[in-house]
Order: sequence, then structure tokens, then C-alpha cells
Amino acid sequence: MGRSVILSASGVVFGYNGSGRAVLHGLSLAVPAGAVTAILGPNGSGKTTLLRLLLGILRPQAGEIYLAGRPLGSYSRRERGRLIGLVPQEEHIPFDFSVLEYVVLGRAPYLRPLQLPGEADRQAALDALRIVGLADLADRPLPTLSGGERQLAAVARALAQQPRVLLLDEPTAHLDLGNQNRLLTIIGELAAGGTALVLTTHDPNLAAVLADHTLLMRRGRALAAGPPAETLTAGLLSATYDAPVQVLRANGRQVILLDSHPRSAAL
Amino acid sequence: MTAAVRLAVGQTLGRRPLLWLGAALLLVLTLSLFVGRYPASPLALGDDALARRLLLHLRLPRVLTACLLGMTLAAAGSVLQMIFRNPLVEPGFLGVSQGAAFGAAFSIIYLDAGPLLIEGMAALFACLGLALSYLVARRARYGGWILRLVLAGIAVSALFAAGVGVLKYLADPLTELPDIVFWMLGGLWGVTWADLLYLLLPVGGGLLIVHLMRWRLNLLSLDDDTGFSLGAAPGRERTLVLVAAVAAVAAVVAVAGIVGWVGLLIPHIARRLTGADAQRALPASTLLGGIFVLLCDDLARSLLPGEIPLGILTSLFGALLFMLMMSGRNIRVQR
Repeated sequence: MGRSVILSASGVVFGYNGSGRAVLHGLSLAVPAGAVTAILGPNGSGKTTLLRLLLGILRPQAGEIYLAGRPLGSYSRRERGRLIGLVPQEEHIPFDFSVLEYVVLGRAPYLRPLQLPGEADRQAALDALRIVGLADLADRPLPTLSGGERQLAAVARALAQQPRVLLLDEPTAHLDLGNQNRLLTIIGELAAGGTALVLTTHDPNLAAVLADHTLLMRRGRALAAGPPAETLTAGLLSATYDAPVQVLRANGRQVILLDSHPRSAAL
Repeated sequence: MTAAVRLAVGQTLGRRPLLWLGAALLLVLTLSLFVGRYPASPLALGDDALARRLLLHLRLPRVLTACLLGMTLAAAGSVLQMIFRNPLVEPGFLGVSQGAAFGAAFSIIYLDAGPLLIEGMAALFACLGLALSYLVARRARYGGWILRLVLAGIAVSALFAAGVGVLKYLADPLTELPDIVFWMLGGLWGVTWADLLYLLLPVGGGLLIVHLMRWRLNLLSLDDDTGFSLGAAPGRERTLVLVAAVAAVAAVVAVAGIVGWVGLLIPHIARRLTGADAQRALPASTLLGGIFVLLCDDLARSLLPGEIPLGILTSLFGALLFMLMMSGRNIRVQR
């Protein structure tokens, strides 16, 4: 595709302390700029662990992770915060921040440790809110937003970091179809603007709609990697999820269905 | 653009509560000097030598200590609520106050200690109480984080309260017991300039550190992974503000005993006034805490012929106001 790789992992091995068991076994991934990379796999396959490694929260026990040409570990916290943002699956915020106060927190990597955010930071936060379409809600308390709007506010908070890579953990897990559509449109626009997007999902249809690249994971290993046309096949998906999967085509793209008939089997 | 205009308006309004609170604190501080059993009118000070002595050597250090006490407890309450991501904690709920009281009672009985050692022991056991509450909450297998921390705090506080009970039982009823009972009730009678001097370093340092880091408290109230992704070092920063807050609380508890509810109630009221952003909520909480304890102390020394222990009044008003707030429409505690 000719897009430059901004974030890459090669041969990454990781296991949590004490368990003595590896969660990831020699995993490799290349994330190009201006594209959407989807990490697919069943629950417990190591998707979130991989995301935490790419963010630098966890350090690989073997293998290397490179960000913009340098080892991830060589960046300072603030430098790294200006390059990679995170939208977690669900965020518990026990206090009633206004939407703007919350989004301004995304400016932290640009502030010295004791510096307070200034007008430029507020403007950057408002710009991020405009991108996700929440500028009118800037002064509203966060808890008064709907689930979908809160997720978009989390995206805006990450965009206020002006990152080159945006990691999203199960971004559509709690969203209805309307809000899914809103979020997917924003993700598509960000990719078109040059941001590298990495998202984890256990929904292959999301990857079929959105992704330029996919990584299929099972038990900490890569089963397949490549464009969705090559990886989202009945054989590979059945092996990934350990379930019968059928792949149809509609409007020129794959539609993935569970090929099981529990009611008829019971009869 | 409209959002930017609203933001500018919001900022102007947002600064005003702090100005008002600052002015109110100064006013209450000044008026408190003239409240008490001995009438000391500002007009009569010129020719009343006794009133002057009373004002300079008794009331002024006491009023300043009351102010620092309230500011510290309320600021520490705000800090603990933010970094434990739990709007229902305060120093008294997390084993800090009871731990400090145990440390102080222990040093009164067994170490025959002066104020500095009492303060040191109080600080040591305050930290121990907090650490124990945190560890128990981490290991608990029941309920969400908010509930676990509150339950662990109650258990650890009860443990130290039992320890204080044993110490009271063993104490000399004529010499040591009154000192310990004073600790449990909380109060500021007999506060001197020397006590105030002991406070200045830990309280001044502690309040300075938490206020310098006030905006970052917001980051620490997010999930750790999110905080990390924003360039924060959640573990390290949390420890720094925690040590600063607990050192300040231990110092004021060493001088004033257990004065409850300030750290729980005041941060809630402050957040109502300024919003949740700790950049404004923390200073508001600090100022409001000073006002609240000054007013309670004024009542403590003027309501009855004898003095009412301060801790009784703060608990009475604090608990009543908190109940009113909890039954209000706007309170919201998740998990």
C-alpha cells in the first residue's frame, strides 16, 4: 500500500508476573499511518494485553516495539503521550467533570508537571470536541451524556493529545447502531487525515466494514494477518473463534455470520 | 465560537467563588478573635492589657490553628477522594485519624513524649493506618472499589480504636487518661504558639504540594491506563500527593485530636460551588474547610460556660449537612 509503518511489534513475548505462563507468544504487528488496523480474537486471546504493550504500560519480555522509528522504551512519558492516545473500552469517572474539563485532560502530555492548562489547551480541546461533534455539549456535566456521547467524549479526550497513533479498545462494545455509525465515520475520517488507528474487537463485521489491515489472534498467537479480504474467511474465522462461521458477500464486502442452528439441533 | 464565549463566561464565574471564599475566610478569621467567654472588643483593646494578652497569646494561635486544621482536613479529604477515585472517603474513614490517635496515645503513655515525638508517632501510625486500609481493600473479595475501601477503612479504624481503648484502660486515670480522652474528642484548648510552629512545616509543605499538583489530581482520578496514556506516572504521583496530605493531617491531628467529617463534607460542598475540576475544587475545599472549622471552634468556646470538644461539633454539623446533601437531588455516587 506504500503507507509508512509508524508502530511495529516484532516477536513480542509477554506473561504476567507470577503466572509463569506466556500470554503472548512471539507476536508481530506493523501499524501503518493513515489506516485502520483491527486486532481480532475471542475473549482472553491477548488483545488487550497487546494494546497495553503497544502503549508502553507493559514491557515485552522478548521482542521489540518501535514507535516512529525509535524503541518505545526510549521515549519519555510526555513524548510518548504526544504520539499515542488511548480510548479505553469503558471509563469510570467518579466525579462530575464538565465535558470540556474532561477533554482538556488530553493536553497533559503538552504540559510540564506543575503547569496548568492555558487558553491554547482549551482551544485544542474545543477543536477535538468539534471533530467528534460534541462542541455544543462542552459545558455539560459528563454524567448527563448518553453512553454513545461519553464514548465520543473519550475519543475527543484522546484527540486533544493530537496523537499520530490512536488505540481503541473494543470501541463499539456498548454502542447502539446509530452511535456505532457515528464513531465509525469519525474513525474513517481520522484515518483519511493520516492518523494510524488500532482497534481491538471481537466483532469481525466491524473489521470487515472498517479495517485496512487485520490481525487474527488466538491464545496469544497470530493466526493470520493481512487485508480483510484475505483474513476474514470462513476457515480462518472458524479456527479463531472455535465456532462455525459463514462468510457472505453483500454490497461488495464480507458479512460474517455464526453458522450454527441451536434451535434446530435441539429439536 | 458560542462554546468559547460560554467558556470565557464560565471562567469568570468560576474564579469568583474562590475570591468570595477567600474574603469570607479572612472575615471569619478576624471575627473569631473576638468571640469567647472573655469579652474582648476591638475598641477596648487599647486600654485593656489583659484582653491584649488574651488575644495575642491564646486566641490568635488558637484561631490560626483552627483555620489550618480545617484547611488541612478539607484539602486532604479532596485529595484522598480524587486519588482513590472515591467520593466517600475522608482521612477519618481510612484509618488515618484513628491511626494517628493511636500513635499519639501510645507515645503519651509509654514514651512520655514531647510534642515533636507525639507528632512523629501520630504521622507514622497515620500512614500505617492508611496503608493497611489500602491493602485490605485491595485484597477484599467483596463489592466494588468504593465499597471495599470504605469497609476496609472502617475495619482498620476499629482496630486502632480498640488499641486506643486498651491504652485508655492501661493509662493512669489522673495524668495520662485526660490527655488521651482529649485526643478522641478533638479540641483546640491550650493551643500555643509553639503548637502552631510545629504545624507550619508539615501543613505548609503538604498544602503547597497538593495545591501545586491540583490539576494533575484530575488525571489521577481517571483509570490508571488512561492516566498513563496521558503521560502521567499514576503510581508515583499518587504516592507523592498522598504522603503530602497524610503528613499534614497527622500533624494537625497531633495538635487537635480527632476532628471528624470535615474531610468528607467540605469537598462535596466545594465541588457543588466550583465543579469537579480540582484546579478550582481543591482551593475552594481548602478555604471552605478553614471557614467551617473556625465557625465550629467559635461555637465550641462560646456556646456553653465550659468548652465543648470541637470534634463533637464538627461531627454533629458535618453529619447533619451530609445527610441533607445525600438526600438532595444532585448527589451521584456510582459503583
